[in-house]
Amino acid sequence: MSSVVSKIREPLITGHKSYHDITEDLVSPTEKVPGPSWVIAFIVSVSVLAFGLFCIAWTIWHGIGTWNLNRTIGWGWDITNFVWWIGIGHAGTLISAILLLFRQKWRTGVNRAAEAMTIFAVICAALFPGIHVGRAWVVFYFFPYPNTRGPLWPNFDSPLLWDLFAISTYFTVSLLFWYTGLVPDFATVRDRAKGFRKKIYNTLSFGWTGSAKHWQRWESLSLILAGIATPLVLSVHTIVSFDFATSVIPGWHTTIFPPYFVAGAIFSGFAMVLTLMIITRKVLNLQDYITIEHIESMNKVILVTGTIVGVAYLTELFIAWYSQYPYEQFAFFNRALGPYWWSYFGMMFCNVVTPQFFWVKKFRRNVALTFFLSIIVNIGMWFERFVIIATTLARDYLPSSWSFYVPTWVEIGIFLGTMGLFFTFYLIFVRVAPVVAIAEVKSILKSSGDQYLGPNAIHHEHSGHDKVIMDPIHSDEISDEHHGHGDAPSDTPGSPADIGTEQAVKTGKDVKGETKVSNTYVPSSRKEGSEKDDLKKIEGIGPKIEEVLNNSAIMTYIDLVNTDVGRLNAILENAGSNFRQHDPSTWSAQAKLAAEGRWEELKKWQDELDGGKTKK
Amino acid sequence: MSYRNRSIVYGLYNDEEVLLDAVKVANEKHLKIMDVFTPFPIHGLDPLLGLEESRLHIGGFVYGSLGTLTAFLGMTWIFVQDWPQIYGGKPHWSVPAFIPITFELTVLFAAIGMVVTFYIINGLGPGVVNPYIDPRITDDKFCIAFDVHEVNQVDAEAFLSETGAAEINAKTL
Repeated sequence: MSSVVSKIREPLITGHKSYHDITEDLVSPTEKVPGPSWVIAFIVSVSVLAFGLFCIAWTIWHGIGTWNLNRTIGWGWDITNFVWWIGIGHAGTLISAILLLFRQKWRTGVNRAAEAMTIFAVICAALFPGIHVGRAWVVFYFFPYPNTRGPLWPNFDSPLLWDLFAISTYFTVSLLFWYTGLVPDFATVRDRAKGFRKKIYNTLSFGWTGSAKHWQRWESLSLILAGIATPLVLSVHTIVSFDFATSVIPGWHTTIFPPYFVAGAIFSGFAMVLTLMIITRKVLNLQDYITIEHIESMNKVILVTGTIVGVAYLTELFIAWYSQYPYEQFAFFNRALGPYWWSYFGMMFCNVVTPQFFWVKKFRRNVALTFFLSIIVNIGMWFERFVIIATTLARDYLPSSWSFYVPTWVEIGIFLGTMGLFFTFYLIFVRVAPVVAIAEVKSILKSSGDQYLGPNAIHHEHSGHDKVIMDPIHSDEISDEHHGHGDAPSDTPGSPADIGTEQAVKTGKDVKGETKVSNTYVPSSRKEGSEKDDLKKIEGIGPKIEEVLNNSAIMTYIDLVNTDVGRLNAILENAGSNFRQHDPSTWSAQAKLAAEGRWEELKKWQDELDGGKTKK
Repeated sequence: MSYRNRSIVYGLYNDEEVLLDAVKVANEKHLKIMDVFTPFPIHGLDPLLGLEESRLHIGGFVYGSLGTLTAFLGMTWIFVQDWPQIYGGKPHWSVPAFIPITFELTVLFAAIGMVVTFYIINGLGPGVVNPYIDPRITDDKFCIAFDVHEVNQVDAEAFLSETGAAEINAKTL
C-alpha cells in the first residue's frame, strides 16, 4: 500500500523481504523439529511446573497452614504473585488494542507474542486467588449462580468480586482477540502443511479463505475489540488496585492507586515482553521482524511508565507527610526503614532509577542492556507488590500483633511453578503458532519494509503498477516455457496439480491456432521497449528474482544488459540468503538476445544452460 | 459465504497494487467479480468491490447493551429483591458499587457476541472445510475470481491476462 509514511521513520521489516519471505520466515519455526535449546528449556519448564503442581497439591492436602501467613500478615507471596502476574498480563492487550487504535505499526511485530504472554500470565495469576482461599474445591462459590444455599449470592459491592469479573472478562476477551488474529495465520500454516498437520491446522484455521468480505469484517472486529479492550485493560488493574484502595489499611487507602497500578502493570508487562522477545528473536532468527526499532519503542514505553511509577512513589510519600495522619506516615516510614527496608530500596532502585538509562538513545538501542534491565524491572515490580502487601501488613495498628513473614518452601514452590507454567505454555505456543502476526506484518510491508523506507530503500520511480498495460495477448513462443526455466528460489508450495477438481482452461488464443489446453496459463509479457519486460524469460530468473530486480529499478532487458554482474550479485546478496546461491553471470548476455528479439537463439542457448549457469 | 459447487475462472496476481488497478478495470468493463482473495486485508478494496461497511459494530452495541442490562438489572434484583443485605452501611441499591461489574459484563457480552457473530456470518468455525482456490493465496498471491455463470469465461480470461495476472486458471469449487 502506498500510504504516506514519513521518511524519518525507520523501517520495521528489514532484509528486503518479499511477501513469500515473510511467510517462509514466520511459519518455518512451526515446521521444523525443535532444536536442543528448545527441548532443554521445555524439560526445565515442565519440571518446574511439576514441582509447582506438587506444592499446590501439598497446600490443598495439608491446608493453607503450610504457608507462613499469620493473623497479621494475611496476604503474602500469594497475592504478591497474583498482582505481579496480572501486571505482566497487561502488555499484550495494551500493545494489540491501544497501539492498534493509535495506528502504531511497530505493534505488528510483537503483538502476537505479547498477547500470548498476556493469556498465560493471566492463567498464572488466576491460580493464586483460587488456592489462597484454602478450600479450593468450593472455589466456584465465587461465582453468582442460583444455588441451594439460600440462594446465597456473592457480595456485588466488594472489590474482590469485581476483581473476579474483571479478570474473567479480561482473560476471555484477550483470548478471543488473540485467536481471531491467529485464524488467518493458521490458514497460512495450513496451506503449507501436509497430512495430519494439515488436518490439525484446518481445524485451527476455522476454514479461513481470505475472502475480501471476511477481511473487511475481520478488520472491523479487530478494531471494535481493540476499542472495548482498551478501557478493559485499564479497568482490570484499576479494580485490582481497588482490592487495596477501598480498604482502611494505612498505605493502601489512597486514591492514587488506580493510575499508579495501571502504569506499573504496563511497565512490568513491557519488561516481560522485552525479556521474552529478545530471546525469541534470537532463537527463532526474527531480527528482521523484531528490530532494534521495536526494542527502542518498547524502551520508550518502559521509560514513560517507569517514570510515572516513580512519581507515584514520591506522591505517596508526600501525601503521607502532608496528610499529617500518623498511621499513614508510619506506614511509609516502616516501608522505607522498617524490617523490610531492602525490598523498598530494591523497588525504588529497580523501578525508578534503572529505567532512566533509557533517556539515552544508545542505551535504548542496546539489546544486551535492554535485556538486563528488563529483568531488573521485573524484579523491581515484584518488590513493589511485596512492599505494598506484606510490608504494610507486618506493622498494623496494634504493636502487640506486629509480625514478620518469610515464605515457606511451599509458597516459593508455587511461585516457581507458575513460572514453569508460563514458560511451558510459551514454548508450546512458539512451536504451534507463528510468533509474529504474518498477515499484519505483510500489510505493513510496503509502508515499513526497508526496501521502501529508510536509508537502504531502493528508489523505483516507475514501478509499473500505475499503468496497466493493455496490449492484447500477442504471440510469443516462449511464454509457455515459463515453468521450464523459472528457477524461482522459493518455489511456492502446492503445485496446481494438487488442486482438487481443477478444470483445464482453454486459452483459445494460442499463436499456433490450436485450441491449447494447459493447466497454467501464463499471460504474455509486455513488448520490448515498454516500461517493463518479462525478465522471467531469462533462464535463472524466476518471479521472485524478477521482483527483486524490479525493486532495484531493473525493469527491462536493456536495464539488465546495462547492469554488470557485480551489481547483480550485490542485489541478490541484499535480497536475502535465499538468493545468494543464484549465479547471474549469463543474465546480461541472455537479456541482450531478448532485447534484440532473437528469441530462437536465446531459446537454443537456454536449452544448453543449466538453471541459467554455463554447464561445467 | 461459502462458494461450493461454483465454476470459477481466477487469476493470481503478485502484487496488491496491480490487483487494485485490475479491480478498477473490471468495474469499468462491468465484469462482475465473484470475490477477491488475499493474504492480508487490502485497504481501498472494499469500495471498489462495492462492499458495504460491515454492520458488526451494530451487533457489538446490541450485545454490549444486553450485557449492561443483564449485569445491572441482575444485581439490582439480587440485592434489592432476592437477598437484601446491608454491607458497610451502603444502601441495597448501591449504584456506584455496581458500575465495575456492569462495565465488565458489557465488554464481555459485546466481545463474545461479536466474535461468535463474526464466525457465523462468515461461515467459519472449528471443523469447517471451505473449498479453497490456491494454497498460495494465504502466502503471496492475490486472487480475483469470476463465476463462469456470471461472466463470460473468455472475457474473464482476457481481462485477467491484460491486467497482469501471473497465472490464470479455472476450476470447480
